[in-house]
Amino acid sequence: MPLTLADTLPTEANEREYLWTLNFGPQHPATHTTLRLILTLDGEKMVDCVPHIGYLHSGFEKLGEHLDFNQYVTIVDRMNYISPVANEIAWHHAVEKLIGVELTPRCKYLRTILAELMRLHDHLLNVGTAALDLGAFTAFLYGFQQRENIYDLVEYASGQRFHASYTRVGGVLFDVNDAWVERVRKFVKEMPATLREIDGLLTRNRIFIDRTKGIGVLTKADAISWGATGPLARASGVVRDLRRDEPYLAYPDLDFQVICSEAGDCYARFLCRMREMWESLKILEQAIENIPGGPVNIDANTDAVLPAKPAVYRSIEGLIQHFEVLMPNRGYDVPSEEIYAATESPNGELGFYIVGDGNVRAYRARTRPPSYIHFAMLPHMIRGYQLSDLVAILGSINIIAAELDR
Amino acid sequence: MAVGLPENLFLTKLDAAASWARSNSLWPMPFATACCGIELMATAASRHDMARFGAEVMRFSPRQCDLLIVAGRVVMKMLPVLQRIWLQMPEPKWCISMGACACTGGVFDTYAVVQGVDRFIPVDMYVPGCPPRPEQLLAALIEMQEKIMRTGTLTGREFAGRTKSNGPPPFDLDEVRRSQEAVGVPGLDIYTPPEIQLGNAGKLN
Amino acid sequence: MLDLDSLQERFGNEITESSFRDNRRIVVPSDKVYFVLEQLWREWGFDMLVEMTAADYLEYPGATDRFGVMYVLLNTTTGERVIIKTHLNLPDPELPSVFPLWHSADWLEREIFDMFGIKFEGHPDLRRILMPEEFTAFPLRKDYPLKGRGERHNFPVITRAES
Ligand code: SF4
Repeated sequence: MPLTLADTLPTEANEREYLWTLNFGPQHPATHTTLRLILTLDGEKMVDCVPHIGYLHSGFEKLGEHLDFNQYVTIVDRMNYISPVANEIAWHHAVEKLIGVELTPRCKYLRTILAELMRLHDHLLNVGTAALDLGAFTAFLYGFQQRENIYDLVEYASGQRFHASYTRVGGVLFDVNDAWVERVRKFVKEMPATLREIDGLLTRNRIFIDRTKGIGVLTKADAISWGATGPLARASGVVRDLRRDEPYLAYPDLDFQVICSEAGDCYARFLCRMREMWESLKILEQAIENIPGGPVNIDANTDAVLPAKPAVYRSIEGLIQHFEVLMPNRGYDVPSEEIYAATESPNGELGFYIVGDGNVRAYRARTRPPSYIHFAMLPHMIRGYQLSDLVAILGSINIIAAELDR
Repeated sequence: MAVGLPENLFLTKLDAAASWARSNSLWPMPFATACCGIELMATAASRHDMARFGAEVMRFSPRQCDLLIVAGRVVMKMLPVLQRIWLQMPEPKWCISMGACACTGGVFDTYAVVQGVDRFIPVDMYVPGCPPRPEQLLAALIEMQEKIMRTGTLTGREFAGRTKSNGPPPFDLDEVRRSQEAVGVPGLDIYTPPEIQLGNAGKLN
Repeated sequence: MLDLDSLQERFGNEITESSFRDNRRIVVPSDKVYFVLEQLWREWGFDMLVEMTAADYLEYPGATDRFGVMYVLLNTTTGERVIIKTHLNLPDPELPSVFPLWHSADWLEREIFDMFGIKFEGHPDLRRILMPEEFTAFPLRKDYPLKGRGERHNFPVITRAES
């Protein structure tokens, strides 16, 4: 006897029979790192989901209360580890706002270049792995080739390829030389070919479109109410980009577009990321051509910034200044105030809420992690879709576990 | 053994053959939790290409793997998962602890991070670095292959002797001292852990 | 632009305002905070709760209250930001949940509960989120040591012979 509609409606009695529970994670390839979902399924359809997180909670914010503003940058690095320098820039942006430091023009441009390189870094991996989860391996390999080049650029500037710990209060660790600028220029020239390749592999790929179009739709009202920012929000039609709306670093001088879409599905997010990479290249081009000369760190006698290493080793003044900055209760003045400052990280609005108590340490260093806020809306986004769409949605919202759990 | 050859001759040869086969087709189980996992990905990706050493078949099911690579920090909530995955892997199996965090806790000496996975599971190879460069991981892999060639036996007899954990004890002196340091100030009752009243605590699934 | 006078008119003079750099901060007593937030949501167009966090002022020089809870609000049409701050004290820090106004409060409140032990009345699912369910302390309170009290090493050891 064929089932009538009434038979399939959930009632008290048959609910338990129809629905079943699936545990997803914490160790699963499509979770990329560590998160766990408990899914309630009706056949293949996802009815509900309860996320469990904290599998990578390592006490970042507590550490931030015990390390000073320059030391904590090494920890902040490890937060969103697919775009490490972007976190450093966000952290020191907040610290400098708290202390009231105005950067030199060269530093502003240098940080802008790094921030945009990190945007490419993040989006390349994200586009690659989103496709990888759907079965397309090649885009990932093409993307990773360019990521290696970005690693090389970061290594050339800072000495470490992954966790650079490059920024300092009021400047950066070392200045870059012309050879580095030349390398970035070369990278900017080579990058479009890779982007075109990825474009050719995915953008009009029938399978990719079928798996992502109309999947995981997030409406504009929901995106605002759930606090979405970054590409996720822009793909849903929230026209907001901190680079344009609350300009910082060198962004006011540069010309770029804010990429938006109205569809709000996984495909729109993919397209937004692809187009943002083109915009980043545009920003990089302008910034490279206009990078000003002059000192990269702020004036040394403000006592806020560490002197260069050769000066510390070879001159007494440098050594004294080094100690002045590092000694507790010396160095720069920190107001007993609180500040919230945010930058547009590749993933969304990465903000820090810092409570200063006059020490060179934060009294409370709170991060506003975009991944955490975005992951909260996952149960809302996946309801009603098929189980196999879950990995597409997860891939498109770009969850970084260390930033999620801190 | 039933073939009737002298036992020692027969076994030695099979041991070597088995070790040779095993060492050249290690199937890693990437237990990638944090930043080191991205470096692990880089090792497998285009430039460094782990396939050159026969270890590119990353399997995400512990039942199919024989090399556990712990890449990234392991925290309180994750450790039971790690132990369970280790127990689920079939013999023979080996473990590489990749990165400062997995080896010693690294920069994260905090309340939540386990200070080295070797306190709780057996580890064969440590890779230092934060994160280790892909070359370093490849070197560790080659070293691992040599170790298997050197010590491997067909039946995994070499494991039976390792009845003691070779990591530091979980509660070392340092830990005890720290927990004593944490004793509160007299007169301030803030050190007693507060009662938690959870509205719907039982509601997990 | 949100102006303070109309808020004071409605909710009394305990509401004060200060600003630092480009941050605008409005301090509200904890029993009125929900009504103020609702007002902001309904009439002033603050449609996004960007960030919500707390701080423990136990060792802060000159602080009179134990906890502070901050709400960073944003008006996505005009780009205006405002920070609402309120103070709480032991033994029973509790606030009304703002989940009905902004969905993003869901996990933000859970995290504050997990880290500081501040309870949110009316929250749909107030459980620990980052720490394990059986954890008893609140790690971001200032009286909890950085290295914990040994919880992180409270597990059985597996040796090679037995696995
Ligand atoms: S060792 Fe360094 S890179 Fe590896 S997980 Fe730890 S912090 Fe991250």
